[in-house]
Amino acid sequence: MSLLAVLKPGGDAATALYIVAFSLFIIGIKQGTHPTTAKRGNLIAAAGMAIAVVTTLLLDGMGNWGLIVLGLGIGTAVGVIASTRVQMTEMPQMVALYNGVGGGAVALIAWSEIRHGISIGEDFPLDSLIPIIFAGVIGSVSFWGSNIAFAKLQDLIPTRPIAAPGQQVINAVLLIAIVVICVVLAVDHQSPSQGLFILLLVLAAILGNLVVLPIGGADMPVVISLLNAFTGLSAAAAGFALDNVALIVAGTLVGSSGTILTMEMATAMNRSVSNILFSGFGGAPAAGGGGGGEEKPHVSIGAQDAAIKLAYADSVVIVPGYGLAVAQAQHAIKEVADELEKRGVTVNYAIHPVAGRMPGHMNVLLAEADVAYENLKEMEEINPEMSRTDVAVVVGANDVTNPAAKNDPDSPIAGMPIIEVSEAQEVIVIKRSLSPGFAGIDNDLFYEPNTSMLFADAKAAASEIAAEIGNL
Amino acid sequence: MSLMTEITIFVLAVFVGFEVISKVPTTLHTPLMSQTNAIHGIVMLGGLIVLGFANDGLEYVIGTIAVAFGAINIVGGFLVTDRMLGMFSRKPKPQSKPASSASRPGAGGSDGGGS
Repeated sequence: MSLLAVLKPGGDAATALYIVAFSLFIIGIKQGTHPTTAKRGNLIAAAGMAIAVVTTLLLDGMGNWGLIVLGLGIGTAVGVIASTRVQMTEMPQMVALYNGVGGGAVALIAWSEIRHGISIGEDFPLDSLIPIIFAGVIGSVSFWGSNIAFAKLQDLIPTRPIAAPGQQVINAVLLIAIVVICVVLAVDHQSPSQGLFILLLVLAAILGNLVVLPIGGADMPVVISLLNAFTGLSAAAAGFALDNVALIVAGTLVGSSGTILTMEMATAMNRSVSNILFSGFGGAPAAGGGGGGEEKPHVSIGAQDAAIKLAYADSVVIVPGYGLAVAQAQHAIKEVADELEKRGVTVNYAIHPVAGRMPGHMNVLLAEADVAYENLKEMEEINPEMSRTDVAVVVGANDVTNPAAKNDPDSPIAGMPIIEVSEAQEVIVIKRSLSPGFAGIDNDLFYEPNTSMLFADAKAAASEIAAEIGNL
Repeated sequence: MSLMTEITIFVLAVFVGFEVISKVPTTLHTPLMSQTNAIHGIVMLGGLIVLGFANDGLEYVIGTIAVAFGAINIVGGFLVTDRMLGMFSRKPKPQSKPASSASRPGAGGSDGGGS
């Protein structure tokens, strides 16, 4: 195979090709700023990846071709099958899964590097040992954390927060143990113990499990985004260890992107990242069983009434939420919008930043249902329009429309930016029941005089409304 | 490469990352996350190097798994992003006709509905 081996590892030619590769990543992401260029951007980034992979395969001294082909073959087959079969609603768990295997790869590479270094018996330079330790720990946390996130989103394990008593203490002890082992390994860098490193990977794995298990299903997007940042950083650390500039730059880009997305989501929920990770929010009803007990007066309507209200409006704003994604009602909602547009009603969609199970997830679901990109309005864009809107239809959204966030400074969600549907002339809420949303608090919107409740499954209700409008 | 050179690259990449990514609109955040997720599949290069230079049984196993994991991450990540973005670039059927007729004076749409 020496015919193929034309590039010196760490040589100028290989590095130059790696530079081309990461430049293509940056260009690819830059093209992702607009939906018309984003697809090309993704192809550009993929081309960069192909260059990086081929460059590595051409490095002088590479061997074990049978195993390389085997690994590439298995990975490609799994990737192709999974990606072509996955439903758009399942996108968050797909990203979690891919993120997990990436983190797993980093942890394995770190382990292998430690073994390799020890077997050569040379003194481990700290500037390669420290990145290896970092990569191992973060990679392992990310692998297990992502797998738990995947299992929760896929309903393989209960999505409700699972926490043992004294969870925080256990986590803290684990974290301290991990830090101590890291220090011991670094101090003993003349001959680091492989057993100790494996123990480190195991402890990090347990920590990854314990940190993610107590987090509720609705907070998973934040977790996935954070773990995405972690995997990126661990890849960058592996780049430090392997002196590979492509890994450093690409990993760091992902680290930045994951960090930005995590912070944006936390802001959109008006909570800090540490609050999301450690509070077990939503586990115990914060407001003492908000929905239970006496029922406040509310107006309940059927699909036909809703159809009439909508059909004779001039402008309608649809506010989709998590419940729409769960009910897979995006196509049915599009039917309603189509019927309304046929009658000359202006229909827009108001997308809260955390609607769906991932930031921007609702946009993907609606795009899948062929909703034009121009009709998807972000929160800041639609709120000033609300007072000029005839009917706002809330489908499977709850906390993001709760006026208490604006009016009641004592509310647990006080200060959270909301879509101000109560400003509209009329509000129709399609929801299974009056039960409180994820925040565990009652939604005042349901009891306002201009609000009508339509108690039904989002998908069934939307199909029915579309049919009723068609019959009018 | 010296450590300081690598740290320089790292710090610059942090700024480039923040600069480029903060310009992506919320609408496209799911594909963005999916695409950056595919990009960290670059760790497969590490797996390839480990496997390509491996010389004992356990290293073969670790390396092969690492390469397979990396390949899932890369291939799956880019493909699924492509599928998602295909939905955004797909041209919606020309349904804007009735909507634009409604903008005519007299709000013909709702009048027509009333009759």
